[in-house]
Amino acid sequence: MMNPANQTQFIDQGLASDPTNRLPVTLTINGQAYPLQLESRVALLDALRENLHLTGTKKGCDHGQCGGCTVHIDGQSALACLTLAVMSEGKAITTIEGLAQGETLHPLQAAFIRHDALQCGYCTPGQLMAASAWLSGQPPRTAAEIQEAMSGNLCRCAAYPNILAAILEAQGA
Amino acid sequence: MMDAIGQPLERADAHLKVTGAARYAAEWDLPGLAYGAVVVSGIARGTVRAIDAKAARRTPGVLAVLTHENAPRLRPLPDKLGKVLLRGEGGMTEARQPLQDAEVYYAGQPLAVVVADTHERARHAATLVGVTYDEQPPELAMTTARRQARPATFLGSPEEKLQVSIGDPAAALAAAPVRLERVYESAVTHHNPIEPLATIAHWEQRDGADFLTLYDTTRFLTGVQQIAAGAFSLPKENVHVICPFVGGAFGSKGWLFAPPLLAALAARMVGRPVKIEWRRQDMFTVAGHRSATRQTLALGATPDGQLTALQHDTQSHASLVSGFAEPCANLSRMLYQVPNLGFTHQVAHLNLPSPSTMRGPGETVGGWALECALDELATELKLDPVALRLKNYAEHNPETGKPWSSKHLRDCYARGQALIGWEKRNPVPRAMREGRYLVGYGMATTMYPAGRNAATARATISADGQALVESATHEIGNGARTIFRQISADGLGLPVARVRFELGDSALPPAPNTGGSVTTATVGPAVLAACRNALRALRQLAVRDAQSPLFGAAEEAIEARAGRLQLRAAPAQGEDYGAILRRARLPAVSAEGSAKPGPEKKQYSFYSFGAVFAQVRVDEATGVIRVARLCGVYDVGRVMNPPTARSQLLGGMTMGLGATLMEETSYDPRTGHPVVRNLADYHVPSLADTPEMSIEFLDNPDPHIGELGARGIGEIGCVGTPAAITNAVFHATGQRLRELPLTPDKLLRAATRA
Ligand code: FES
Ligand code: FES
Repeated sequence: MMNPANQTQFIDQGLASDPTNRLPVTLTINGQAYPLQLESRVALLDALRENLHLTGTKKGCDHGQCGGCTVHIDGQSALACLTLAVMSEGKAITTIEGLAQGETLHPLQAAFIRHDALQCGYCTPGQLMAASAWLSGQPPRTAAEIQEAMSGNLCRCAAYPNILAAILEAQGA
Repeated sequence: MMDAIGQPLERADAHLKVTGAARYAAEWDLPGLAYGAVVVSGIARGTVRAIDAKAARRTPGVLAVLTHENAPRLRPLPDKLGKVLLRGEGGMTEARQPLQDAEVYYAGQPLAVVVADTHERARHAATLVGVTYDEQPPELAMTTARRQARPATFLGSPEEKLQVSIGDPAAALAAAPVRLERVYESAVTHHNPIEPLATIAHWEQRDGADFLTLYDTTRFLTGVQQIAAGAFSLPKENVHVICPFVGGAFGSKGWLFAPPLLAALAARMVGRPVKIEWRRQDMFTVAGHRSATRQTLALGATPDGQLTALQHDTQSHASLVSGFAEPCANLSRMLYQVPNLGFTHQVAHLNLPSPSTMRGPGETVGGWALECALDELATELKLDPVALRLKNYAEHNPETGKPWSSKHLRDCYARGQALIGWEKRNPVPRAMREGRYLVGYGMATTMYPAGRNAATARATISADGQALVESATHEIGNGARTIFRQISADGLGLPVARVRFELGDSALPPAPNTGGSVTTATVGPAVLAACRNALRALRQLAVRDAQSPLFGAAEEAIEARAGRLQLRAAPAQGEDYGAILRRARLPAVSAEGSAKPGPEKKQYSFYSFGAVFAQVRVDEATGVIRVARLCGVYDVGRVMNPPTARSQLLGGMTMGLGATLMEETSYDPRTGHPVVRNLADYHVPSLADTPEMSIEFLDNPDPHIGELGARGIGEIGCVGTPAAITNAVFHATGQRLRELPLTPDKLLRAATRA
């Protein structure tokens, strides 16, 4: 076992362990590879918004409490504010910018528009990413299940009844 | 012509919002952008003795550390902005400029800004700044605060007096056969829009002069512009504020100007554009809040329920550098026909952050107290709560004596009763059950003042038959971009698909702040005026053009329909807008228009009305209250777009539900730090908290508020809902809870006492 002092020294010498060292990182986002030089402390959310200007992913709290920063990592929904960019290397990241197929909106996006499931729109990308990951390949859920599962995505405008209606409709599509 | 107005059209910016393409304040990509991180006060009262920024300045990437010692000087805030009193007792905002002195008035007050080349470096360096203080014991309790004030008016408005006595309320109360006096208390609540405050400030030299561009999340472009211009001694034209999308405001992002000024100070210091994105915890200190209140309601009545006296006394709190008063008597002053009416407002100055307007300022918690007191009176007199309200129905404004511009509140009550199934309600409290749950029904009246201000707009018709209409109003989720596009389409005689409406830029024709539920009634008429003026210019081209089928026609004989100017009497004789412009070799015609309120306010009293009904289920074993259903019926004048209007009401009612059941910011009673300062501890309603909601509009156009007939809808949903739920909880349990929010502990405590 390493003694604590040595451990500190080891961490200090380790390139990856010093949060201020810039490391080469390649992120694969919406099918495209982005080579970056990033400090290891950079959150995926900040890498997306500040380094890549993919600003569709929103910062609402930076603490994993609002759901605004939801993206897909290898098909699973993940909170980009609680994910380090360097840990996302080699994974398939999908952001709101990649949810539609070209000009064709994802059924959830279209349903959100039809049901007016948004007001200010700031929580909307997170809502869509959370719902799309959760519903993908699953049998239709009940309203109660959707209410429960989507409660990690806060909407202060409270478009909730319309969000529920949109998801109920889109999951049948 | 009203082809588009009133239609259920999709939100004009919905596609941008569902694809992530809508650009909010923090999302502009400027070359050389640097990042500001704010160091905030660790004490609630005292003076900064020293700020040690050496370690921060040594950190790689750090460009500057701004403190009160080295920050550029700002001129003080003006006393007023337009008619709105900013400073002093009853004023709107925090009367001090950031980083200009060493005084600390509340915990979380900005004390320094660290600017670095990356977000991470700025944040980290901010943690290295050491601050020492000369600390004094903070004043944190309303009851013991030494500085108390009784402001004469709300925001300096002569129409919004805060200390009023009509008739003789004291004598009438003493003489009343039935008397009820109750104290209601409400907690501090925070807006918590999901988009935090953010500003990017960018200084340039233009024609040898300083020019400041602010990308700021604000619902008051011209306010930020004027305040920044004043602070930096610039002409107003040299400040440009850009904000096409606001990620929710709810009363914040309007009148507290320190955040954009801090970014401007930082950018000035480092000579690069600087972005400051505030953390969620800062939203509990610099973004404003609704003050806690302690309200005493005294009602005098005859045994059959006629009100004879109403006295409503409010205690709220402001900071040491703000005079904001929560105007809680806004409903009491006008809702019921009562001959002896009094209200007072007292503000305690505490070492807590500066409050601000929050959705239904005064109305939401003041109306809660009044409408709960009415319910208590109904119980006391064994009257149906709706019947008691009808008995005291005000046929005209009781304070001013003016007639209402339009009021159909009786219809709201009746329709609301039908929607919720009021006849199924057993009037006896604690008499209804569903399995383990106690079930209750409650109701409340809601209202919101319908104001109107002056605004301007510009309409441009292009030779390709498309049109652009613009005004410096704001899209805060209210649907402004959508409904003004509809209004523009009708104003121009064009299909909606050929009209674009732009907003969110101070360089556009000026519009006031978006607040007070006045935007449709304010900007709508200006949009129509601009459209009319653009069409007039087009008509003048046509009638003077020998090649036009309209050559020589009298202008009044021409109408605009579906993109054509044509003779009213012979519609086939005419031509489309593009043809007129192309022949004149003009790419476009453009005209401005403005509108302002007329004398109508002198003649009528303008209010929207509504009735809210709630059904709750209470689990007595745990004290948990769940709202099962909310029904709101609203008399708001003409509705521009039913889906977006409904959305605003859903949002308002849900925010009212949050204030009733869960929202509360508490401060450490010794240190003054917010104990609740994140979205896990501050509970805003989630999808799982959302009841079944039905919303209806009566859709009676207001004949006096202007040609659109539209009053406001942004706040009325938040008002009324708290009392409807609280009254339903009483009906379910037989417990009167008089302290918001109605958390389980309070219900359990009340049940134990009973
Ligand atoms: S920003 Fe990630 S959950 Fe709020
Ligand atoms: S739409 Fe505004 S927060 Fe959800």
